[in-house]
Formats: sequence, structure tokens, C-alpha cells
Amino acid sequence: MRIQLTKLAHARSGDKGDTANIGLIALKDEYYPLLVREVTASRVKEHFRGICKGEVERFELPNLSALNFLLHESLGGGGTLSLMTDAQGKTFSTALLRMYIDVADDVAQTLGLNQ
Amino acid sequence: MKEKIRIASGQGFWGDLLDAPVRQVEGGPIDYLMLDYLAEVTMSIMQKQRARDPQAGYARDFIPLMRQILPACVERNIRVTANAGGVNVEGCAEAVRVVARELGLNGKFQIGIVTGDDIMPRIDELLERGVELRNMDTGEPLAAVREQIQSANVYLGAWPMVEALNRGAQIVITGRATDTGLTLAPIIHEFGWGENDWDRLAAGTIAGHIIECGAQASGGNCQYDWRNIPDLANVGFPIAEAYADGTFFITKHEGTGGRVNVPAIREQLLYEMGDPHAYITPDCIADFTTIHLEDAGENRVRVFGIKGRAATDTLKVSISYSAGFKAVGTLVYSWPDAYEKARAADKILRARLERLGLQFDQILTEFVGANATHGPLAGEPSPDLAEVQLRVGVRGQDRKAIERFTKEIAPLILTGPPGVTGFAGGRPKVEEIVAYWPALIPKTEITPRVEVSEA
Repeated sequence: MRIQLTKLAHARSGDKGDTANIGLIALKDEYYPLLVREVTASRVKEHFRGICKGEVERFELPNLSALNFLLHESLGGGGTLSLMTDAQGKTFSTALLRMYIDVADDVAQTLGLNQ
Repeated sequence: MKEKIRIASGQGFWGDLLDAPVRQVEGGPIDYLMLDYLAEVTMSIMQKQRARDPQAGYARDFIPLMRQILPACVERNIRVTANAGGVNVEGCAEAVRVVARELGLNGKFQIGIVTGDDIMPRIDELLERGVELRNMDTGEPLAAVREQIQSANVYLGAWPMVEALNRGAQIVITGRATDTGLTLAPIIHEFGWGENDWDRLAAGTIAGHIIECGAQASGGNCQYDWRNIPDLANVGFPIAEAYADGTFFITKHEGTGGRVNVPAIREQLLYEMGDPHAYITPDCIADFTTIHLEDAGENRVRVFGIKGRAATDTLKVSISYSAGFKAVGTLVYSWPDAYEKARAADKILRARLERLGLQFDQILTEFVGANATHGPLAGEPSPDLAEVQLRVGVRGQDRKAIERFTKEIAPLILTGPPGVTGFAGGRPKVEEIVAYWPALIPKTEITPRVEVSEA
């Protein structure tokens, strides 16, 4: 089944120059392996097409059940140069949560996600 | 040595809740109050203020705050670390002395100041000697914007503040010091940590990272279960309760709103995070993949197990430079077909700008209410949207062109699509762009100065 990340994770995002960072955190520690498997750097790059013009890097933080993404060249120049409403990338967090991932039915059942 | 110390965060940025530091002082027991006033481009604003008035150039809010809390700080021996000095640390300290005299507290406490972060007067000398100060993001050498530079400050770490505290300063005022250093310095001072105690220095640094954004660690801007976070109107700012072994707790005063729990701390830990294995400060490299969090009671999270590594041999430099001008104009289009009308207006505006022959480095159009934050991810806007705000921004080197742009917004009301409003604020303002240039400099180039004197 397809599940939107809003059901699996919460997130916070911010900026460093023209790079946005998104911390994606599993709502339950049991969901973390799903995030690791499905929310890859290339999928995030694809999700943000038209928004992220550079590379996407991903870092794993199993201790926090979290992934950190760096989306380069995403903020219209960044800082005071940017003309964007969200020049600081604060809403990239919720933009990522729009993503849907595939979860096998039995896994979804085990994790109680099929209700 | 105390068993533990409580460091309270009083400001997440310059412009945060004015009464937050007062509530931290009055709301319960604390040993230290840390106040972060400096964002990346704040220094250039302060540089300009000082050019107009030699007495200015620091965070002015700090002075009335001191007037409010100094008596309690002196009486209860609460010590303050603040990067309120901006580009005029001495001027800031002098203003605090004036307040101390007015309150009859002169002679009752010591003020410490940390300087040596301002390398603006040395830029040419450094460039001549081959210190290129290349932009960390683009690799460009600083010489490319030499004439536009407005300020240049090194981020100093915790150690100069530690020296000020060791010499008895109750109020420590710095210029460009790291946010994390403001929290780490009191912990080093109290527990006598060494310069090579990398794990513990990393722990104190992470404590600083968690509380430096104020209430963003205690329920503010928190996605997790946000509807049920209690009483944000009365939000308690975070407090780090630190122990000698490097363990610490994040908590807040009793009877305040907000919430401190593991999900809230996780969110803040990831805020503005780069490579989590290497969070680099002047004092150490902290490894965020070693952090352990544990709920330890209501509004109390235990943080432990942190590992760190040796600091690098460079310091980060924050340089600001003029990078042209910008302006943003907005109009609001209402139902029906709000989005379609806003798009039509944008087309008309752009055709007129082109006919005027105006040159911009960039024009950006956004449709607030339709897709300004999530772009194409928001999907095709519904024709039934109640309203859409057309928001057009331009930036460029020619101030006249930007000014001309600001005069093309209001005419759209009578010469464009119908159902439009929202121009009550008048013409958009032309803003000078002061951009940020991050660079590195060898630590050997920088000598921080610490002075401690009676108030």
C-alpha cells in the first residue's frame, strides 16, 4: 500500500546559504527502517524537481530515528539574496511530508499502518 | 564545584519575545542566562548604525533588558553570556555600566568583554598575504567583492568567554561569538573541563545547539502533536541542566506553557543540520549520531552518550557585502478564478517591465495561497480558491530599475484583471541587499582579547 510520509514522520527544515536541510524523523522508532529504505536521496531529488536545482545528500541518524537531507541550490540564492517567500527553507519540511512511499501490506499490518 | 548548573536560553534571535529573558530569571532557579542576538547579517546592520553614530553598533534591546534583570542577577548571582556587543562591544559594556550606576549596582559586579573578532580593518593586509577568504559555498576568492564588503567578523568560540568567567565576570559581552559557545562557556567554567575534553566539549556544544533557538526546543514550531502542545501563549523557554560528566537535561520552568519531550528535542537537533557526523565549532567537532535522548519526567529530557573530536585549525568568518537592491510587490486577487487572474496580472506586469527596458538579475513570481511554499508539489490550484496573493520580487544592481518596478504595481489595480485589492501599504520599498559570505581563516591569525572590570 501507498502511505504518505505525514503518517510516518515529522520534520523540521532550515537553511545554510542556498542549501535547505530537512530533518525527517520517524513518528515511531519502528518506522525508521521504512524511511531508510524508501526515502532515498534520489527519490527526494525527484520529489523536489523544479525546486531543488542541485544535488541531494542524505545522512542517517539511527540514534534519533531520523534522516537528514541537504538540498543544494534550492533557495533562490539563499539568505538576503533570495526573493522567495520561504527564503529560509522553513516549509521544505512539510513539502517532503507530501511524499508517498510503498509499504508491503504485511509490513503495514505489523506496524499497524493499515487502519 | 556545583553538582549541576542550569543555563537558561533567553533569546532565539534578535527580535525574539522581549520578556522571555525576564521570565527565565524570575520564573525559577537558574545559574546562567544565555542570550543570542546575532544572525548572519546582523553585524552589517550594526556596522551601518555605528558609522552614523559611534556610540551605536550593538544590540540596543540588551540595555533595557539589563535594567530589568540586573538587580535580580546580582542578588542571586545569575551570570549572563550575551553576544550583544555586535561591532561595538565596549560601547555596549559602557551602556551597561551606566545602567548599573542608575540602579546603584556599580561596584557590585564585574563586566567581561570579549573582542578580537572584528577583522574588517585587517582585510587588505590578509588578502595581500594570501589569506584568500574564499566563499565556503562557491569557492570564489573574497577579492571579487572587496569593494562591497561591509563587515567581517570571526566566530569566536567558548574559551575567551570561559576566561572572562574565570576572572569573575558576571556579565560577559561578546561580539561575533558562536551561539553554542554562549552555553558551553559556563559549563566549562563551572566544571573545569580541559581543552582536549572532546566528548564533553561536544556535549556542551550540543546543549548549546538545542537551546540557542529559544522556544523552538520547547514546543514552538514543533510539528509533533502540535495541536496538543499546551499554552504556547505562555511558552517556557528551554533550560539546559548540565552535569560534570557531560550529561545534561533539557527542561523549562514549572508553570510555563509549551512542551519539552523527545520528539521536540529531535526536531531542534536536526535544525540547520549539515553533516551530522561533523558539527564543527571553534571548540570541537560534535557527532550528532552519538546523541542519546530519553524522556526523564514531565518536560524533561535526558541527553547523554555524546562523542566529539578535536577542533579544526580554522575559524569561520562571517563577511557581509552589498549585493545590489531588491523589492517585492504584492496584490490580492479574489474568487472567482483568483489564480488565473493573478497569473494574467503577472503577465501584464512583466510585459510592461520589458517594454520599459528594465534590467534585473532576477524576477520571481509567486502565488501565495496557491503554491508559494510548496511549488509544483502543491498541485494545480483550484479555480475555487477564495483568494490568491500575487507576489513579484525583483533584484538587480541598478537601484533606479528597482525603483521603477515599485511604481508598476499599483497601476495594475485599474489597468489589469478585476477582483483585485490589497495595496493599502503603498509602494513597495527598495531594499539594499547585504549578502553573507562565509569563509575560513587559520586560527593562528586571530587573537581574542578578554577584559574584565568592575561595573
